[in-house]
Amino acid sequence: MTESLRSPLGRVRGLGSARSGTTHWWRQRLTALALLPLIIWFVIGLVSHVGADHAAVVAWIAAPLNAALLVLLLTAGFWHVQLGGRVIIEDYIHGEGLKIFSVVALNFATIAVGLACVLAVLKLALRTV
Amino acid sequence: MVEFTLPKNSKVGTGKTWKAKPGAKRVKEFKVYRWNQDDGKNPQVDTFEVDLDTCGPMVLDGLMKIKNEIDPSLTFRRSCREGVCGSCAMNIDGTNTLACTKAIEDVKGEVKISPLPHMPVIKDLVPDLKQFFAQYALIEPWMKTSSPAPSRERLQSKDEREKMDGLYECILCACCTTSCPSYWWNGDRYLGPAVLLQAYRWLVDSRDEDTGNRLDALEDPFRLYRCHTIMNCAKTCPKGLNPAKAIAGIKQMMVERQV
Repeated sequence: MTESLRSPLGRVRGLGSARSGTTHWWRQRLTALALLPLIIWFVIGLVSHVGADHAAVVAWIAAPLNAALLVLLLTAGFWHVQLGGRVIIEDYIHGEGLKIFSVVALNFATIAVGLACVLAVLKLALRTV
Repeated sequence: MVEFTLPKNSKVGTGKTWKAKPGAKRVKEFKVYRWNQDDGKNPQVDTFEVDLDTCGPMVLDGLMKIKNEIDPSLTFRRSCREGVCGSCAMNIDGTNTLACTKAIEDVKGEVKISPLPHMPVIKDLVPDLKQFFAQYALIEPWMKTSSPAPSRERLQSKDEREKMDGLYECILCACCTTSCPSYWWNGDRYLGPAVLLQAYRWLVDSRDEDTGNRLDALEDPFRLYRCHTIMNCAKTCPKGLNPAKAIAGIKQMMVERQV
């Protein structure tokens, strides 16, 4: 392959600015901010159930406020993984095809796994005993 | 692209050793990266024994002494020898800095010198900065106004002028940009800390009237948002500036105009 004779300025201007990126960056900060108290709450919740039996844990998850917070934790968590994972892929994977495939796979995977987790919480929260 | 090992033709070998003259009392070893496109060989590290009793105090003085008295083929950039031109930026003792403001006595043991990291090398300690300066040109570093030109200076309040402190001092030596891993991996699209600090210098200049277009040109997942606050830029800056803070300022302006 011969070296490109394009000028350095032409090369760095490339396809121009994407006029986006701020929303992505801002959402990553917001999900991080939301995850801080949610994770603390979740860890406290788990620790306080050390040694508890299955029924007690299920009842804790099924309580409306706990279920709501869990759904929020899962949503913010998987969203954060999706946003941050994309940045990591863009940093380290440079083949255009593999990069796009990885980003799409990450998006599908986080949505699918996140949805399954949320449904599991809802199943416990909405069951009729 | 991420590269964890050097390509075959960049592997660094051991070069020549130039002994100090007999009788030299305070000898300091300079280990200097050498590469010359014309000899077809891999880069190598030459060892120069420098007599500090007949040498100036700075690393640049050592390099000049080597070039003048030991090996005239040693190639490096230098001009002002007082930290205002940015020409002699290189990696000394593992940190990017200016050879002219780095004291030899501040380096423990041998003085290891190599070109600025992750840039193409032209010869010895001279890196190819074409892309770096093209990126500087991309941000259009000049005053842009639509109002008719005034008949005298464009005025600025004291507070407005103060906003440019910590920005106007940048000498574009490229120490910060070439210390940034994000620039190493994505330098073809990420503008890097030096250029973004310069961009911010124009964004906060109260006399400039093109702020919106300047922000438009920067709003890009790669041009701006490859900064992951690694902070190497602030750590290495030989002028004590903080490019990471300037980049955070740009991001803040981006958010400000859309929330």
